[in-house]
Amino acid sequence: MAKVLVVAEQRDGRLKKTTFELIGASAAAGNETHVVLLGDGIQGLATELGHYGANTVHVASDASLKFYTAEAYAQVIVGLAKSLSPDVILAAHSPTGRDLMPKVTSRLGVGLASDCIQASFEGGKLKVRRPLYAGKATAEVEFVGAGPQVATVRANALGIPKPDTSKSAAVSNGAVALSGVKTTVSEVVQGQAGRPDVTEASIVISGGRSLKNAENFKMLEETADVIGAAVGASRAAVDAGFRPHRDQVGQTGKVVSPNLYIACGISGAIQHLAGMRSSKVIVAINTDPEAPIFQIADYGIVGDLFAVTPALKDELKKLKEH
Amino acid sequence: MNIYVCIKQVPDTETKIKLNADNTGIDTAGIKWIMSPFDEFAVEEALRLKEKNAGSTVTVVSAGPVRVVETLRTALAMGADNAIHVDAPETADNYRAAKAIAAALKKEPKVDIVFTGKEAIDDGAAQVSQLIAEAVGIPYVTVVLNAEYSADSVKCRREVEGGAIEVVTTPLPALIAAQKGMNEPRYASLPNIMKAKKKEVKVLKESDLGVSDADQKIRYKNFQLPPPKQAGKKIAGDPATQAKELARLLHEEAKVI
Repeated sequence: MAKVLVVAEQRDGRLKKTTFELIGASAAAGNETHVVLLGDGIQGLATELGHYGANTVHVASDASLKFYTAEAYAQVIVGLAKSLSPDVILAAHSPTGRDLMPKVTSRLGVGLASDCIQASFEGGKLKVRRPLYAGKATAEVEFVGAGPQVATVRANALGIPKPDTSKSAAVSNGAVALSGVKTTVSEVVQGQAGRPDVTEASIVISGGRSLKNAENFKMLEETADVIGAAVGASRAAVDAGFRPHRDQVGQTGKVVSPNLYIACGISGAIQHLAGMRSSKVIVAINTDPEAPIFQIADYGIVGDLFAVTPALKDELKKLKEH
Repeated sequence: MNIYVCIKQVPDTETKIKLNADNTGIDTAGIKWIMSPFDEFAVEEALRLKEKNAGSTVTVVSAGPVRVVETLRTALAMGADNAIHVDAPETADNYRAAKAIAAALKKEPKVDIVFTGKEAIDDGAAQVSQLIAEAVGIPYVTVVLNAEYSADSVKCRREVEGGAIEVVTTPLPALIAAQKGMNEPRYASLPNIMKAKKKEVKVLKESDLGVSDADQKIRYKNFQLPPPKQAGKKIAGDPATQAKELARLLHEEAKVI
């Protein structure tokens, strides 16, 4: 059994799915699971963390933590890690986790295994595997030296456990006293409403240059909205200006591993495949039967995406209505 | 301004990765090495800042084996003034590489701003930028799409999840990690390529920087290639039939919808 500290993540008072994955994996291994929760006015979220298996939730709620800054959040987490001396610290490999955790490990003088796609516990030790070359290879990470083993884990890698409302966590409210914070967040401009991020979504529908223009991506967006999917794009589509950079899936964009990845009009360049090949189920729709994407697709449709995608949207709608 | 850019040499994105015989690393034979694509935005941003501030210099720094000098020369050809090669082993982890680069920066007379790419496309760890900033003792802003510079601060628009943008202001000196789209990196001109070949590249050894094996915090082992995927089912018929069958398979067989 290990003592584990999970860094919870919330945005606008809503906890991230990946937080539940991390707590669930730790609790399932029988670990003493501590969670640190940071923000402003977020005490109420501790109950839900308990349902997923947290033993103790350390709440740091303060106006100075309303907006995430690495400087402020790292101070709280490093302080807690020093008093708690956990064997393992886990966080999501989310935009926040990846920005924050190197600062934490630097201050603790330990290494960081980031973007892990496998994580388990063996004899009280954390065992992780992470991708290299955007998943063209993977390797196990050996932690050298003393101090906690620290890892950030990719969304959807561990699976979300079923919450148990009979479980509850002890809550510890710590005082927040920050010093030397230099960066300030003045504004957060919201992105597209209602659609998840490609790195977090359990379903991603991506389009390539075959979509011909930005307007035609509406067809993918409408299909995505039926099943709560995110919309991604190939590098070719992004470079052609059809989609913003943030939607790019591949080695020079985002690496994703959703439960379902639907590639529409994407031939499957090696750098694109690297970014999505760990998806659990892959669907390819392409006019060219020789397109490399078909070699890794679980389901392939050789056909015109302009005819197949709208028909698929209607079929998915029927499924959802039943 | 004394402007610094930390860059990394990585295998080209089209590289097919093969493992070495005992699965302790990759087979580097025949790999075409390039500057990590996100670092190109960092170099470009540094050059633009220099052009707006007369008397500025841009110094590029890279850690790794001797082959990284070639990538430093690429940055010199784009217009950087000076280059520092931090001679470090291929297997150095993020912590060790960052400590060495930070020590090299601390040897410089004055550092006003440091640019990096938001991650390197080889290990994709997205750590070294933050680790360098922390070791130098300056704040950082990562995944930056746009920066407005004033005399003593930088206002950044950084990308977070779901397409949301955070507006963050940091005092200088600071480290700024570039996201794709921050600018349009220039190509090196032929005269500049010729000039870059003759420029001196300063070399610093780990031992000059107080870095050793003891700074290695993680090691990679048991490398694997992704399991080969079996060719899946091809769904035949007209578009309506194909769509109907796909929806059925996703629901009943794959159980993902």
